[in-house]
Amino acid sequence: MRVVEELWDRLNESLLTLGRYAIFTGRLISETPRSLLRFRLVVEQVHNAGALSLVIIMLSGLFVGMVLGLQGFDLLERFGSEESLGTAAALGLVKELGPVVTALLFAGRAGTALASELGLMRATDQLAAMEMMAVDPVRRVVMPRFLGGVLAMPLLAAIFSMVGIFGAQLVGVQLMGVDPGQFWSQMRGAVEHQDIMEGVIKSCVFGVACSAIAVYEGYHSMPTAEGVGRATTRTVVISSVVVLLLDYMLTAVML
Amino acid sequence: MHAPSQPRAEADPCIVRIRGLHHALGGRAIFAGLDVDIRRGAITAVMGPSGTGKTTLLRLITGQLLPDRGEVLVDGTSVSDLDRRGLYALRRRIGMLFQNGALLTDLDVYENVAFPLREHTRLPERLIGPIVLTKLQAVGLRGAARLMPSELSGGMARRVALARAIVMDPEILIYDEPFVGLDPISLGVVLRLIRELNDALGITSIVVSHDVREITAVADSAYLLSGGRVAAAGPPDELARSEAQDIRQFMLGLPDGPVAFHYPAPDYAGQLFGERLS
Repeated sequence: MRVVEELWDRLNESLLTLGRYAIFTGRLISETPRSLLRFRLVVEQVHNAGALSLVIIMLSGLFVGMVLGLQGFDLLERFGSEESLGTAAALGLVKELGPVVTALLFAGRAGTALASELGLMRATDQLAAMEMMAVDPVRRVVMPRFLGGVLAMPLLAAIFSMVGIFGAQLVGVQLMGVDPGQFWSQMRGAVEHQDIMEGVIKSCVFGVACSAIAVYEGYHSMPTAEGVGRATTRTVVISSVVVLLLDYMLTAVML
Repeated sequence: MHAPSQPRAEADPCIVRIRGLHHALGGRAIFAGLDVDIRRGAITAVMGPSGTGKTTLLRLITGQLLPDRGEVLVDGTSVSDLDRRGLYALRRRIGMLFQNGALLTDLDVYENVAFPLREHTRLPERLIGPIVLTKLQAVGLRGAARLMPSELSGGMARRVALARAIVMDPEILIYDEPFVGLDPISLGVVLRLIRELNDALGITSIVVSHDVREITAVADSAYLLSGGRVAAAGPPDELARSEAQDIRQFMLGLPDGPVAFHYPAPDYAGQLFGERLS
């Protein structure tokens, strides 16, 4: 009986959290037009979430692309169609790996930075001080960070895919000897506008999800060292699960 | 005792009135029928041992918390009746100095002080500059305008926060534990600033503190809170002369008295030699 009660309480709590998430995300979206007017603040945050993540995104993209080149070559060689390596690598990166791996890396780098920054602002009374100065912290602090993440994500995913394709080319063409003409021309012929749009839509959705989760967790963290730590961890865990879940749903819808 | 600034003739002599305030936090009653009047133009101290709800009282006055029962009136307006816009309008008339300064860590000193002006006015930079520098001059930190908060000492950070609190020329200035962790020089500076700003700007000051010596030196009147109610009220020097045990214990800093040194616990010997700690 006690187990049932506990389960019921947990279910209730989970639903409440989900509701709070929905209300908070709704507020973020409704505040977007007004916040875009304060362009300078948003650009600063695009720099923080985007430009400062470039190194990890480019390095990861390069290695993912190189592995894709190796594995793809090994697989395609068995069917005698290694010249399709360019197509396989490009489609894999643009439609799937680019948006998903970028979102997971974003959650680990920029998401945790956002959550801990907001959590520390809460713990050091900076958010309370803004409230006392009649400045809405959601508009002044949360919105630029949310929009910065949303705008940075598709750009980072595009860079990831681009560097990844370069990595696949490096291994496939330079190392394994795939014909460069075949590599590039097959890719150009097979990758369609719709494939690229699929990747763009995914990365935009992941951008909204990861940024909303990071700012929610940071903004609502307990004002203690433990609270900030917990918010940071929750950001990574929840973002990762949500990204993979959304990826399946979006793929199912768009395929 | 210092004479308070002359109140406006037509105005209510009390800018804050609290009546029958009941408030609980986490199931624990903090206030049980609190009545407080804050005189316009005076420096009023709110004192009491840790955990008596001094900071909670400030949050209730500024509408960061709403009372369970009772009324908090600021300049005749009930804080509970205000919507978000009304609350923000009220807060523009109040400056608050947080215990740790609460400076925005990504902005330098100048930008921290300019922050309320940039958010609430459309003043051009050529006007914002002189206002910010005037306020920084008042707290003696004009030369630190381009330092980041991480480069400031605790006392300097609090003075910058004070400059930020007065930059919109508030009617009420609230200080939350302004003396905690300050060295003697910074303490003297902050004490002088509280008095000077109050008199020069003609504002009302509310100082929450448990530093009896410091607060009695600067306040015009004081409230001593205990057990969710006002234990004593009046000029600080009168409180200091009181014979009531609970007031004497607090004012003289006696370790034991009506406020017990020991947190309630089971029998000491029994717990040491047998009973399990529960």
